[in-house]
Amino acid sequence: MITLNLNGKDHQLEVPEDMPLLWALRDVAGLTGTKFGCGMGQCGSCTLHLDGKAVRACLTPVGQAVGKRVTTIEGVDQDPVGKLVQQAWREHAVAQCGYCQGGQIMAATAMLKENRNPDDGQIKAAMVGNICRCGTYTRIRTAIASAAGKLQEGQA
Amino acid sequence: MSQREHNAGEPADLVVANLSRRGFLKGLAATGALVIAANWGMPSAFAAGKKTAFVADALPHGWVDNPKVLLSIAKDGVVTFVCTRAEMGQGVRTSLAMVVADELEAEWAMMRVVQAPGDEARFGNQDTTGSRSMRHWYAPLRRCGAAARQMLEQAAAAQWQVPLGECQAQGHKVLHVPSGRSLGYGELAEAAAALEVPPRDQLRLKKAEEFRYIGKEAKRAVDDDDIVHGRAIYGADLRFPDMLYAVIARPPVYGGTLKSYDASATMQVPGVLRVVEIAATPIPSGFQPLGGIAVVAGNTWAAIKGREALQLEWEHGANAAYHSPAYRKALIEAVRQPGKRLRNVGNIDAAQMQATKTLEATYYLPHLAQAPMEPPVATALFKDGACELWAPSQSPQLAREQVAKRLDLPLDKVTVNVTLLGGGYGRKSPPDFILEAALLARELPGRHVRVQWTREDDLQHAYFHAVSAQYLRGALDDKGVPSAWLHRSAAPSMAAPFGPDSRHLQQFELGMGLLGMPSRLRNLRQENPEAAAHTRIGWYRSALNMPHAFAIQSFIAELATAAGRDHRDFLLELIGAPRKIDPELLGDTTNYGESPSQYPLDTGRLRAVVEEATKQAGWGQQLPPGRGLGLAVHYSFVSYVAVVLDVEVRTDGVLVVNKATMAVDCGPVVNPDRVRAQMESACVMGLGNATLSEITFREGQVEQSNLHNYQVARMPLAPREIAVHLIRPEGETALGGASEPGVPPIAPALCNAIFAATGKRIRELPIRNQLMDWKV
Repeated sequence: MITLNLNGKDHQLEVPEDMPLLWALRDVAGLTGTKFGCGMGQCGSCTLHLDGKAVRACLTPVGQAVGKRVTTIEGVDQDPVGKLVQQAWREHAVAQCGYCQGGQIMAATAMLKENRNPDDGQIKAAMVGNICRCGTYTRIRTAIASAAGKLQEGQA
Repeated sequence: MSQREHNAGEPADLVVANLSRRGFLKGLAATGALVIAANWGMPSAFAAGKKTAFVADALPHGWVDNPKVLLSIAKDGVVTFVCTRAEMGQGVRTSLAMVVADELEAEWAMMRVVQAPGDEARFGNQDTTGSRSMRHWYAPLRRCGAAARQMLEQAAAAQWQVPLGECQAQGHKVLHVPSGRSLGYGELAEAAAALEVPPRDQLRLKKAEEFRYIGKEAKRAVDDDDIVHGRAIYGADLRFPDMLYAVIARPPVYGGTLKSYDASATMQVPGVLRVVEIAATPIPSGFQPLGGIAVVAGNTWAAIKGREALQLEWEHGANAAYHSPAYRKALIEAVRQPGKRLRNVGNIDAAQMQATKTLEATYYLPHLAQAPMEPPVATALFKDGACELWAPSQSPQLAREQVAKRLDLPLDKVTVNVTLLGGGYGRKSPPDFILEAALLARELPGRHVRVQWTREDDLQHAYFHAVSAQYLRGALDDKGVPSAWLHRSAAPSMAAPFGPDSRHLQQFELGMGLLGMPSRLRNLRQENPEAAAHTRIGWYRSALNMPHAFAIQSFIAELATAAGRDHRDFLLELIGAPRKIDPELLGDTTNYGESPSQYPLDTGRLRAVVEEATKQAGWGQQLPPGRGLGLAVHYSFVSYVAVVLDVEVRTDGVLVVNKATMAVDCGPVVNPDRVRAQMESACVMGLGNATLSEITFREGQVEQSNLHNYQVARMPLAPREIAVHLIRPEGETALGGASEPGVPPIAPALCNAIFAATGKRIRELPIRNQLMDWKV
């Protein structure tokens, strides 16, 4: 039995320590907002936060998450920066199919928590690992810039 | 009752049928109103042309405009719209609901959308492909909303006992104009539901100036809140108690079979429960699963580990000889020889003899895989002689028919529920992955079984976009005017997985940008040399339009350069004066299934998008070396799109697309923001296709395994700005497609821009490192 802190609450999961966090969340804990896209850290659809840092759930064994705070897309609105990013995504109607957008929002939120005023190069560097097959990148950049603007205004 | 059972010419009378409330109504039972089942007869088809019916009328089961099928209004006034088309990012759940809501005079905040299961007899055609949801459903859904609005007005008039003419629906209530009294839609719903649906000729449709939602700028999206909170339900997000998880080891070569296997190590993997063999389907396999060994486990990871532990020996079969470099060579050889003649106008040979200049070029594009971010996935439950499925399907009705056939069940014992699609692009139209789930569920009755494809499975067993080669030869007369044009196009056909391989493209494939080319050319020949299929060929967003637009739009630019002319001017002259052409006169008998009288090829609209895109992009401006503008235009899915890309090629070969300017005429627009979003999407996907993506085969097997070696567009490739200019045509124009027509002009515009920037002409895609040797 493994205890994980998921979105602020402790959960007991009966999973082996080497199971990727992705499958433990999806198949066992029932948190399906974290998506499977590639299984090898190439696409970023499964991006979540471990102690506030963006990681790929498909490459993170459950054991590595023990004793850390796991934040998924379902819980990121508890973070004021996360909530602001979600709002920016809606304002700019970023999503198309939406499948990758949870991962995109998690990557953008982690970046903005570290750097509240990223330039274009820093945005690209933080987001290059997250694929959107619908190609919403131009709106993602706009939404991040708009969220960053609100952070400058002290909205979070 | 099937709509097909009615004669096409019958008057539009209401036929009451005893349809069940199963499926989408499960969650709506409490809402009650407007759910008496009924159905319309088929409409009379467009009379023009040789054909008597065109899509949507010619599609299986046509369309439905009956509010009693598609709408329900609850006592609290909430309107639930049943969306019959699959949502995969094109925004169809929002845009179709906007059409209904507008005619219904409903408040947007009161609209809810539920997804219809696969059932065409009830819901009309559900095949969400070919960029046709809006153009086929706009008119029926306007009628649907208007009919419901009039029923609500009738119900109010009856309740107040006043003349109907004094009652007016407005903002989710019906107003009695003389007295100022009003009743909300929720209060009227039950009485309205008991009324007959008004006949179509008595419907009062809104005038365009009365629209509240249609064509208006707003960022509406019914699923956005769920998406940003991780609550939206895609194929793998439904959870059932005691669900089983399966992955399948499939034959690595198309047509291969299993020789032997040993699953003893697999059965040692904790969590693995069973191994099930699925019989291989002989070639051509159609929509059937490829066969293989399924590993069934208590969670996905155990199933994946179990599959890794399988010992498998395959009999690869004849396609083991499929080798991309050799095939490429043969395909290019094929287009350098005459092929099956499609169209011949004038005398290209004589024109060439008299030409001042001749030019020839060969273009090659590789196989592509759709690679939706959500790999194929499906869940099935087989119980008590019935099969229920849940899948991200572009064609749930097809999945239902195929499952019924394969499991030998009556159609009404099969239910296919549709989740959101995490991208489709054509891949989720063939139901092979849904059939796999059905077959496994039959082996494991009473348990929900999910078949999860990994990314490796997705890239190795797609229905691939066809590899293609094209040869073009052109002549210029002494004035630099094109006097002859030869175009040969060869590619394996999408029809090949479904029957004996004719080695020729089908008429609908030739109609995607090859035939139907409007021009002033007096001497023209189009040919289709042979190309055999050695893998499953399928639909990839815009399909054969990609190679055809690439070759034609690149070659026109090459001819312009040879003639010493400005590309835009040369292109406009080649298109010629504004005129409306019956595509059949240009050899295109398909025209995306649309009536040539309702959808003539309009060179005025084609010219207009070129003029608008170039004007907006500042065509003709002087740019430093290494930077250039590139133009391309293409007609597809009865829409017109021109693109100008502003491109920079750095001395290290790095390509940067600064800006994309797109001019789009897809007829009247329902949801402008989503049309723009589709164009942005098409632009980025088109850039990924052109620069990065390639599927190759070696010994019959796909060489790419995941997204590290099958590359697609990432953020740095996306233009900083994509400006989409929507041209609203004058007068009575029919709606065109929006999801696909943006893709075809991107690659040629990019290569034309690269030529303008560097002088280097690219004729083979993907570009990948072809710019590495470029020096300022």
